[in-house]
Order: sequence, then structure tokens, then C-alpha cells
Amino acid sequence: MAKVELMKIGKVYEGNVRAVDDANITINDKEFVVFVGPSGCGKSTTLRMIAGLEDITEGDLFIDGKKVNDVPPKDRDIAMVFQNYALYPHMTVYENMAFGLKIRKLPKAEIEQRVREAARILDIEKLLERRPKQLSGGQRQRVAVGRAIVRNPKVFLFDEPLSNLDAKLRVQMRAELIELHDRLDATMIYVTHDQVEAMTMGTKIVVMRDGKVQQIGSPLYLYNHPINKFVAGFIGSPPMNFLNVKVIEEGGTVMIDEGSFKLKVANEHVALMKAYVGKEVSFGIRPEDLPYAEGGSVTNVINAKVTVVEPLGAEIHLWASTPTQPLVARVPPHHLFKIGDAVAFNPVMTKAIFFDRDTELSILPVKWDEQAN
Amino acid sequence: MTTDLRFRGSRPARKALILLIELAFIAYALLIFYPLANMVLSSFKSTRDILRAPFSLPSSIDFANYAAVWIGKGFARYFLNSLWITAASMVLVLLLGSMAAYGVSRYRFRLSTLVYMIFLSGIMLPLKAAIIPLFIIMKKAGLMDNPFSVILIFAAMGLPSTVFILSGFMKSVPMDLDNAARIDGCSDWGIYWRIIMPVVAPAVSLVTIYNAVPIWNDFFFPLVFLQSDRWKTLPVGLTSFFGQYSTNWSLLFTGLSIAVLPVLFLYIFMSKYFIRGMTAGAVK
Repeated sequence: MAKVELMKIGKVYEGNVRAVDDANITINDKEFVVFVGPSGCGKSTTLRMIAGLEDITEGDLFIDGKKVNDVPPKDRDIAMVFQNYALYPHMTVYENMAFGLKIRKLPKAEIEQRVREAARILDIEKLLERRPKQLSGGQRQRVAVGRAIVRNPKVFLFDEPLSNLDAKLRVQMRAELIELHDRLDATMIYVTHDQVEAMTMGTKIVVMRDGKVQQIGSPLYLYNHPINKFVAGFIGSPPMNFLNVKVIEEGGTVMIDEGSFKLKVANEHVALMKAYVGKEVSFGIRPEDLPYAEGGSVTNVINAKVTVVEPLGAEIHLWASTPTQPLVARVPPHHLFKIGDAVAFNPVMTKAIFFDRDTELSILPVKWDEQAN
Repeated sequence: MTTDLRFRGSRPARKALILLIELAFIAYALLIFYPLANMVLSSFKSTRDILRAPFSLPSSIDFANYAAVWIGKGFARYFLNSLWITAASMVLVLLLGSMAAYGVSRYRFRLSTLVYMIFLSGIMLPLKAAIIPLFIIMKKAGLMDNPFSVILIFAAMGLPSTVFILSGFMKSVPMDLDNAARIDGCSDWGIYWRIIMPVVAPAVSLVTIYNAVPIWNDFFFPLVFLQSDRWKTLPVGLTSFFGQYSTNWSLLFTGLSIAVLPVLFLYIFMSKYFIRGMTAGAVK
């Protein structure tokens, strides 16, 4: 099957506008890779370069070991699903799905068989005679996916395919695409700005920002070992808390000092943090690692005042603030907080991540690409 | 205007307004329709009858006038000339115009705006004003009394508006459709022919009617460039009924009735698309 390799890929538009810079990504056979990042980060451009819809201005692109920089899209053996579906409005669903095969001059019987098979997988057999105009958003999406499936390509490319669907349908289609990946055993590259989609669908995530790949890894690796503040803040909802603190050493103990509270650094971080004694760092802690201290322990807690309470049923998002800095905690719904309540959080310091204030890089050892040596 | 003009259930004042509007439409329709009807009715009358009682119905349905015009006056030939000259001009206009529009709307190159502007400038120039240079060009090219002279002129006449209208429609077709087709294996020509053209079909029918009717009706250019009788078109042929001292009204009306037929059919068959093209974007 297919392996896709991007080597030092870059895209520079006219007027020296750099959209993608030095992207090195290896996508292994049968992987479901998600490119994620805020809009304008270059993820779509990267996907379109893989598709052949954009010229590659720097670097090399390999599909299945073959350099394809100058190979036209139709000869790259890829299929793409677009954000706005891009169904041919003057053709029926059947014709839409059969179009690529017809162009490739496949025998009629085989086209028919392939289209019927794809329609069965996607449960759109009853829609084959309809035109795109007569379909709902979800059905259109299925047809667009069907058009990709019938081609039986080496690589599937998805460009924000779910962003035009309503929330409920999006969750459903998400599950269906995961199932489809499992079933087809194909290499898929998926672009989204939604980190939830990235986390739930990807076997590997590529986080991008301003045209640069920030980090590559499995969803949980990125969640637990973000390489910098951007990745840490982008992955996870509600986002990770960042508090500006000063690293101090008191009586041989390395601590962080926010002004309103002091916390003891976990044993495994002490050695790394010693180098930062006397300096300011960014203290990152996930909302779920901020349990509130019941019975009021006075040491090693963050004292804050509740500013917003968001009860979600299974949990509560508790927005609070130290005298100078805001934070959010994800706490069990046992206790009903009110705005203005004083609350003491007892952070799980072993889960804390510290970032250099200048470079924004994690102080803890983290791999840029989880699988790379 | 989003005013709801439903008659049933409206207040009396509103009903009166709706009736008034309807009456105005009916009056306008009659105004348009009556001369046409009178033309067809007159084609069944003799010149004497027409002059004696211009508004009366024909005494009998007699196709003698038609036979006289079609065979006796050589209208069969004029009709065929008009038909194929219009058809050939339209093929050129639609093919070249749509290809130019595709290029202008799809490819960004340094001079694309300039090319577009050059096409647009053609809308502002009345071609008839250039009759003397055109005459000299055609004479030098050896195309005098050759139907290709008027076909070329008609094609040039139709291109600016065609490029203008079609490129507008093509620009509204999302680029992802091109991209999807490209990935599906289409060449540039394939995208143009199999995707873009069918999608803008209503606009194509719009420019077909918009251009074919003036070409079919054009009197000036065939008169100037086609002298011999065998190349005459219908509008030119009709002049043979105007004498210096008398006009053969019955045959003139017959000839006119024949002349409007193709245009009428064009409207009937394409009006559905035509209206869709005219109102595209007006209703979401």
C-alpha cells in the first residue's frame, strides 16, 4: 500500500508569502493522519500539495517511494473529499461516483459493481438516481466520500469534510469515517481545525502553526507531552492553564512562586527545574489535574476565587482566578460552587508541564516526532 | 421586493391593487401580442383585403401566399441561408466565447485582466460604425459576396457580451469542482467540457438567445457584404416586397411570419433555461 513522505516541503506564494515551511512528515501505510491547526496555519495548503492541486515550491514529496512533485493529480492515485463536497451538480449521485472511473475508461460492468458496492457501504443505495441538490448535507458528504471510495486510491485526502455539518451529524460522520478507515485499511490524511476531531480520529496528529509543523505524534502523546505552549494549549478542551511563576529554591526544595501561592515541584522534575532557579517560567497544568482541596489544606495549594461555573452534568468546569491570573478546573459535580466562592486547588504536580518563557518550549524532555529516532 | 401578492385572503384594497397589476400585465401582453397576431392573420389575406379592412379576420385559411413566397419568391433559399449563417455564427460565438470565458475566469496570469478588458471594450463599440474599415478588410481578404464575411463579423459581434456573461457565471462556480474533476482524472479541456459547460448551461442558453436573435434579424451586414441573390438572408429577401411605387403587403406579412418561426421556437425551447439564467443569483 502507500506511504507518503514529505521532505522539507515548502510553499511560497507570489510576493514571497510563505504558507508552509520545511515540513517533514512521514505518513505510514494505513495510518489515519490528521493535520490540525488554526486557520491559516498551512494545513490545507500542505494537503493540496500532496493532492497535486498546488505546486510544491520547495522540497520533495514521495508517494510509495516515488517522487511525485511533478506528477499531475490524476496520476498520483489519490482521492480527495472537499469541505463543500464539490459534487457535480448536473450529474446524479451514480454519475458523480462513476465519473472518475468513466474518465479512466473502466468497463461499464466494473464501474457499476464498484459504485453499488460503495453505495452499500455508505448506505446511499436509494439515493443513486438523485441529484446533489436533492440531498441533505450529510447525504452529500456520503456521496463525496463514495466518490473517493470507488476509485480505490492509495491515499484518501480529506479537507475539513465535516465542517459544514451540524454538530450532531458531525459526531455521527466522525464515527463513520473511523469505521471506514478500519474497513478500507487505507492511508488517510485528514485536515481539520477542530482538535476534538483530530484527537478522536487520528492515529497520528500533525499540529501546525504559521506554516510550521509544531509536533507529530499519537493523540495521547501530544496531550501528555506537548513540545511547546502552542501544542499544549491547542490540544485539549478546556485548554491547559498557563500561569506565570518564578522558580525558587527554599531550604533545598525547588518550588514555583506565583506571588499568591507556592508549589513544590514534583521529584521527577526537580533536576530539570534547578537550572531555572531565579527565572520565570510558564507553569502548565491541565484542568483535570486541578482537584479542589477539601478540608482546606494550607500548603501546596492554589488559592483562587470562582468567576464562572459551567455545570456540564458529568463534570463542572470551574473558572477561577488567583489575584492576578485566571485558570480553569474540571471537577466532579459533587459540590455546588457559587461565583465568588474561595476555592483551593491541589494540583497534581507530577502532571505539570513547564515552559521556557522566551522560547515557549517545554522544559521537560519531549520528542518533536514521536516515532522519529 | 418581498411583498406577498397573494390574492386569496387579502384585504379589499390589496385585492384591488393585485387586480390592477394583473390588468396592466394583460394590457402589456396584448400590446405585444396583437401586432404579431395581426401579422400572421394578414399573411392569409390578399393585399386588397389588407388595405380594405386591416383588422378583419381572413375570409379563409389559404396557404397560397406561403407557397408563393416559399417557392415563387425563393424564400426557401433565404431561409436556409439565414439558418446556416446564424447557426455557424452561433457555433463560433458559443465555442470561442465560452472557451475565452473559461480562460478568463479560471487562469490567473499576468495579462488576464487585460484580456478580459479587451473583450469588454467590444461591448462599447458599435460594429456598424466600423463598416468602412470592415468593408476594406473583407474586400482585401477576398470575402466579398462570401457568407464567411458576415459569419466572421457576427462572431466578433457576439463575443464580447458572451465572454462577459459566461465568465461571470463561471466565476461563481466553485474552484473545488475543478479540483475534484482534476483529481478524478479530467484534463483542462475535460473540466471545461464535462463540468463547467453543463453547470453554466442556463447561461449558455441565455447568450444563445441574446446573440442568435440579433444575428437572425440582422439586415445591415448581409446587405453590405452579400450581393448575389443566392447568398441573401431573410431580412434582405424581405426587401424585395417593397416596390418603389407599391408594397406587396400580403407577401411581406407571409415572409415575416416565416421569419419569426425559428426565433419563436428558440424561445419556447430555451425559455426555461433562459429565465433560470436571467434570474440566477436573484433567488437563493
